[in-house]
Amino acid sequence: MMRTLLTVFTKEVIDNFRDRRTLFSALIMGPLFGPLLFAFVINLSIEQSLTGTDNTLELPVIGQQNAPTLMRYLESQNIDVVAGPADRDAAVKAVESGLHDIVVIVPDEFGDQLAGSIPARVELISDQANAQAERDARRARNALQDYSQELAAIRLVARGVSPFVLRPINVDDVDVSTPSGRSAMLLGMMSYFFIFALLMGGMYLAIDTTAGERERGSLEPLVSLPVTRDSLMLGKIAATCVFMALSLLLSLGSFYVALSFMPLQKLGMTPNFGPEVIFAAFLILLPFILLGAAIMTLVASFTKSYKEAQTWLSVVLIAPTLPILIVSILTLRPRLEFMFIPSLSQHLLLVDMIKNEPVNLLHAGISAGSTLVFGAILTAICARLYRREGLLG
Amino acid sequence: MITVDAVCKSFGAIRAVRGVSFSAPDGKITGLLGPNGAGKSTTLRILYTALRPDDGTATIDGADVVTDSLTARQKIGALPHSAGLYPHLTARENIAYFARLCGLDRVSIEQRVETIVELLEIDDFADRRTKGFSQGQRTKVALARALVHDPQNIILDEPTNGLDVMATRSLRELILKLKAAGRCVLFSSHVMQEVSALCDDIVIIANGRVAINDSADGIRTRTGCDNLEDAFVRAISMVGAA
Repeated sequence: MMRTLLTVFTKEVIDNFRDRRTLFSALIMGPLFGPLLFAFVINLSIEQSLTGTDNTLELPVIGQQNAPTLMRYLESQNIDVVAGPADRDAAVKAVESGLHDIVVIVPDEFGDQLAGSIPARVELISDQANAQAERDARRARNALQDYSQELAAIRLVARGVSPFVLRPINVDDVDVSTPSGRSAMLLGMMSYFFIFALLMGGMYLAIDTTAGERERGSLEPLVSLPVTRDSLMLGKIAATCVFMALSLLLSLGSFYVALSFMPLQKLGMTPNFGPEVIFAAFLILLPFILLGAAIMTLVASFTKSYKEAQTWLSVVLIAPTLPILIVSILTLRPRLEFMFIPSLSQHLLLVDMIKNEPVNLLHAGISAGSTLVFGAILTAICARLYRREGLLG
Repeated sequence: MITVDAVCKSFGAIRAVRGVSFSAPDGKITGLLGPNGAGKSTTLRILYTALRPDDGTATIDGADVVTDSLTARQKIGALPHSAGLYPHLTARENIAYFARLCGLDRVSIEQRVETIVELLEIDDFADRRTKGFSQGQRTKVALARALVHDPQNIILDEPTNGLDVMATRSLRELILKLKAAGRCVLFSSHVMQEVSALCDDIVIIANGRVAINDSADGIRTRTGCDNLEDAFVRAISMVGAA
């Protein structure tokens, strides 16, 4: 039994190391897809958030001469006031066409209204459907709001009233998130990339050892050898596990390298992702490998051809995201009962670790235990399926 | 020695084999002859334990193919219809893989692979990966793989399919060599000439039943036809009528 298992295992590993498609998906596609996509998303969000505060906002204003003090105030807020379009119609057109994101119009009567203590009208033209423009518009609106507040305070002081009457309540925002905690939101999706890489690593092996072998016509000679089908099956699942583990390790490594190149500190994030975390993450995901190998082999065993297996296994690739997605949308905190759900339990444990929170060993134990039990059940079903003659097609 | 006793096998509503009985003794070549879809492959697949019979029994050197299938498989070398190889392994590795699975130890694997490579004259391409092999080369390697553990009983399902004249000839010589070594060879074919030239015993199968089981001469006499092809047609029509 052991000898057969080992023979099948060795052959499948050698065979698949020679297969370009398997190698590509296990060693390149799986491990690199995550970090690359991640680097792209992170860089995009860094770029977006940085343009928010540090950059000078260029603000076209029509009728600058009507409010020289306001213009000086805006300049002091790191807003560069430039000449706007000729008139209001031209301004609306310019914003519509995307030539300008926002245009501020100061009407001629602004000065008189201000002097007469009538609410002075300022128009801010923007396209609220445009998210990028909306951020700039908000900045301009806030600056105008602040100026208005300041004027109000001056007026009250001139009348001998404390400006605090306008402020019955002072709201203070206290943000308790740590830099690691902030990372967790974005880095939460990392756990799925690991699971994806893991499954991707074994996908072609699972197909090749079942549907592929049947399509090639090598399955029938194989099962007519004096060995039990159980041991053939287990050898194949073991080989699939090895490729999955390899792909997972590479994926963890490539993330480690990729993160060191990403300016995450600029986003106020310091993910806890050192070598010891990588090791712990590997241990947390290790039980999932058996489950992944068994489920992929099981699904591929049911299919009639290589192509059909590929189609169904793509669905299997997405399946582990479902529990993660549901919990993320509902923003549920880790709970004991979640630890019984494979993929979700691994995700929650990884997020905790990246947040630099102590890993609950009971949770980790339940996660590993229940995932292994699921994996063992599926492996048993695979073996059972392999005993059926219908398997040969 | 292979014995088949009243074996039946259905696939859903299709009754592929309906009570086939015959035996293939050691030191003889037994041919399973029949038109397409007669139940030849199904019978052979039951013998090399890929399928389980619905009814009836079959034994390989006394080992039942259902209740003692592991022992039965140990005694068979099977070449299934359109047997596939592992394209990323060399011919030699393909053969050695099966040898290891048959339980041979490291030293005897090397010796056996060497012997079989020589016997089947596949030396020229033994160390090439089998991807892109011709049909003839593939069949030879698959045959070498089936024979590597030196089985007493050899089951070949349409082995000459897709082979050219030279390859067919060398296969025929090999089958005769196996016979001379006292092996039991059972092979299926739908090619009359092939069967009549090689076989000691011929089992003609049609509609899942044995139409006639005799030597080539015996069949000619019993059907009253001089020509084996005519005899074949008559034997089949006899089953069709029954």
